[in-house]
Amino acid sequence: MTRETDISRRDAIKIKAAALAATAAGLSSAGLTAAADAANLVTDANETELKWSKAPCRFCGTGCSVMVATKDERVVATHGDALSEVNRGLNCVKGYFLSKILYGRDRLTQPLLRKTNGVYDKNGEFTPVSWDEAFDVMAEKFKKALKEKGPTAIGMFGSGQWTVWEGYAASKLMKAGFRSNNIDPNARHCMASAVGGFMRTFGIDEPMGCYDDMEHADAFVLWGSNMAEMHPILWTRVTDRRLSAPHVKVAVLSTYEHRCFDLADIPMVFTPQTDLAILNYIANHIIQTGRVNKDFVGKHVNFRRGNDDIGYGLRPEHPREKDAKNRLEPNGSSEMSFEEFAAFVKDYTLDKAHELSGVPKNRLEALAELYADPDTKVTSFWTMGFNQHTRGVWCNNLIYNIHLLTGKISEPGNSPFSLTGQPSACGTAREVGTFSHRLPADLLVARKEHRDFAEGIWKLPEGTIPPKPGAHAVLQNRLLRDGKINAYWIQVNNNLQAAANMNEETYPGYRNPDNFIVVSDAYPTVTAEAADLILPTAMWVEKEGAYGNAERRTQFWHELVPAPGESRSDLWQLVEFSKRFKIEEVWPEDLLAKMPEYRGKTLYDVLYRNGQVDAFPTSEITAGYANHEAEDFGFYIQKGLFEEYASFGRGHGHDLAPFDVYHEVRGLRWPVVDGKETKWRFREGSDPYVTAGSEVEFYGHKDGRARIFALPYEPAAESPDEEYDFWLCTGRVLEHWHSGSMTQRVPELFRAFPDAVCFIHPEDAKKQGLRRGDAVRIMSRRGEIQSRVETRGRNRPPRGLVFVPWFDASQLINKVTLDATDPISKQTDYKKCAVKLVKA
Amino acid sequence: MLRLPMAAGSLLAAALLIAASLSVLTAQVSADGIATLRGPAELTGQNEPPRMMPFVNNDIRATRNYPEQPPVIPHNTDGYIVDFNSNKCLSCHARSRTGDSQAPMVSITHFMDRDGQFLASVSPRRYFCNQCHVSQRDVKPLVGNDFVDIDTLLLNRAKK
Repeated sequence: MTRETDISRRDAIKIKAAALAATAAGLSSAGLTAAADAANLVTDANETELKWSKAPCRFCGTGCSVMVATKDERVVATHGDALSEVNRGLNCVKGYFLSKILYGRDRLTQPLLRKTNGVYDKNGEFTPVSWDEAFDVMAEKFKKALKEKGPTAIGMFGSGQWTVWEGYAASKLMKAGFRSNNIDPNARHCMASAVGGFMRTFGIDEPMGCYDDMEHADAFVLWGSNMAEMHPILWTRVTDRRLSAPHVKVAVLSTYEHRCFDLADIPMVFTPQTDLAILNYIANHIIQTGRVNKDFVGKHVNFRRGNDDIGYGLRPEHPREKDAKNRLEPNGSSEMSFEEFAAFVKDYTLDKAHELSGVPKNRLEALAELYADPDTKVTSFWTMGFNQHTRGVWCNNLIYNIHLLTGKISEPGNSPFSLTGQPSACGTAREVGTFSHRLPADLLVARKEHRDFAEGIWKLPEGTIPPKPGAHAVLQNRLLRDGKINAYWIQVNNNLQAAANMNEETYPGYRNPDNFIVVSDAYPTVTAEAADLILPTAMWVEKEGAYGNAERRTQFWHELVPAPGESRSDLWQLVEFSKRFKIEEVWPEDLLAKMPEYRGKTLYDVLYRNGQVDAFPTSEITAGYANHEAEDFGFYIQKGLFEEYASFGRGHGHDLAPFDVYHEVRGLRWPVVDGKETKWRFREGSDPYVTAGSEVEFYGHKDGRARIFALPYEPAAESPDEEYDFWLCTGRVLEHWHSGSMTQRVPELFRAFPDAVCFIHPEDAKKQGLRRGDAVRIMSRRGEIQSRVETRGRNRPPRGLVFVPWFDASQLINKVTLDATDPISKQTDYKKCAVKLVKA
Repeated sequence: MLRLPMAAGSLLAAALLIAASLSVLTAQVSADGIATLRGPAELTGQNEPPRMMPFVNNDIRATRNYPEQPPVIPHNTDGYIVDFNSNKCLSCHARSRTGDSQAPMVSITHFMDRDGQFLASVSPRRYFCNQCHVSQRDVKPLVGNDFVDIDTLLLNRAKK
């Protein structure tokens, strides 16, 4: 805009302002009228004092701390916590509007059961019922499934948005109580490949570095991460570093241009799936130019050849699965030497990487040099571009390869950093072990010694926890459709909207007449609409909670306001439901015979009144804060659950501080040993678990070494062809959190981005006969939706690719996506499938 | 629009809230299902997507919900370039430009670095304005929001 237009606009503003002032005089709000009574200002401290308390933000995995003001049992304001190391007073636009997420007018306040003529009916209408009636019907359905088919006929789908103790209570109820490993969090859609990468390369989950790396790095590389929109406050730290230290470089890789490209020194748009080739090219470049850190590699690294041709996690009868050589052993690998590894990556030349990816050679070289140059401290960030990938674990392994070859790891600024999507994907989904194959502190259900250890802590007979991993997220949907899981409970997520291939897999499973679907939510989501029973649920500061963020920081909050109506927290629901089951109804006689003292008791008695979970009286609750769960159960249940859970990790590399400490501090990064948090793991002097004199020790593996994996480029599960000629990539937008069930109810956030659109290259739109704003059908082999064409704005796809966000409940893009998964992590690839576009 | 009557006592308020929610829910169950944000189509059906509406561009400031809230942008910002070469927003909202532009100056908090020290210019950590400030499309929200701001809450107290 030119100076002249600025000034003419200024004149226009003046005129409008004058008109508005006149209007305002007649339309003064109630508040203004009251203030006019005296001095236009309320000054009485009794009135103006607000109670400010800390809480981590409800949204992403960054883990910003927020100050929350309450008055008369209402949240009246929120702002960024100046004392928090994470965000130092900042929030993103979602965080600044947290105050309003509790107050959407359609909050659920009573249990709702589908009924016809007063009795439960799968095809009935939602009818308000009491909690007693809700649990009666629910218990009956769960007992029926257990009795007829056993523990594999029930399932639970939770979330990285569960609080730590909710996830722990749920996992314990399912794995130890019902003896079913069919529990999985929606973190499966989000972080499972990151977990797989950590476990394979390091033998222990979660990043070795921390956010402090950002103030030390000389270069940042974003691999499939739109931090500007999805981790905005971390992006402010990257921006701060890039702009205040001019030598710093930012490289951004993506399959389309997005807001991070505004800060990119090295912008790179690559053909989907070819990130695998670029990663191997960088490893090759490091080797060919003689920049391997031989001392580091010799002391701290082993080399492995990973199995290739591992399939795409589709149903076994799918042709792409039948043909895959290693589909039964996707995680397999064998030893190899450095020389063999060098020979393996030698194929990935600059020419080959360029031809596959379409990225100009000079940019690929500049990128490779950021890693190869020993004097450049480089931090790599990635999120869903890597994780939601049919070779997601490989991508994670390959980025670690590069950092390990150069020794650029576990020290300030040198950091391969897996960002998390959800506020407690780390703290709850991963650390607590809510995955279908895990137990707390990285333990596995498949290992006898791990089950024994868990059963010991839980005071349960040997053999209680089933050894076979349960159904993961995508498999749960398939088993619901096939009628193998018949009683199913969904908490803190909106999986009908979130899971891929809704038409063929998710919806038919929820509406399968053999199945009973329970959804706990604060709002009536599309998942709730597809359910049979809806449980109204307390959210965020309506309960005491704990989240763990992406840098291993555990953060607590108090209950600050009561939940509306009869809403109850997920924790209350889980524990209350456990009272409905006598141990004889869920355990076989031979198991019970090992601990006859449990005869006649309920799951509540066995799991939560075990002398540990109920060890702390309500008098230990911080004065001035309510705690509805503790009041109901008669003991400080959150503290008991946390302390029992923490006993899994203390002394085993996952140490957490005592419960009460977390209510005082702005979070601590585990392992917390002798009151001290750990910023950089595996590095002597920073990590107390490293053996003295070893400098670096990757103690997750018994030999103390990390693994470098030889893994090839392999094509995507589904690529564009003549008929379905576009790539579809899905994702989020800044203003909305996941499926939008909270943020779409905040008017300011709704108006900022009300409806999903189909971002497309202007030339592609023209070719299809589409103009900006036209309605367009987006069709795949599985389903279609209609959206509006957007050729401008924040996302700029290359030719041949469209981007559609998934927050919009009226445009369910997951009807179109493909449920192909990484065969190792079982995480869905939401970033690649083939679609065609037709003008509506 | 139903405002929650905070002064009416918490019991009454809770009762009204439940009543309000239920009346909405019952109606929707019998008509179009309960997913308020979904639009009229069944879950397996297809909504006609709403037309793309322009951004509000009247330069009239919206009342903030609380003082700490970043103001929404009352004008169109389509095509504004904010990258490491330039920041279009600051061409009006920078301290030195506000005399000419009559636009509000960026908040003084924006001059502080991570440690709370004031810098000579806007802190780079606040550089990308669109992370906190958003333009508003001319659309009606699908669901109302019963957030009560502090002034209204105190007024209701005074009435009580």
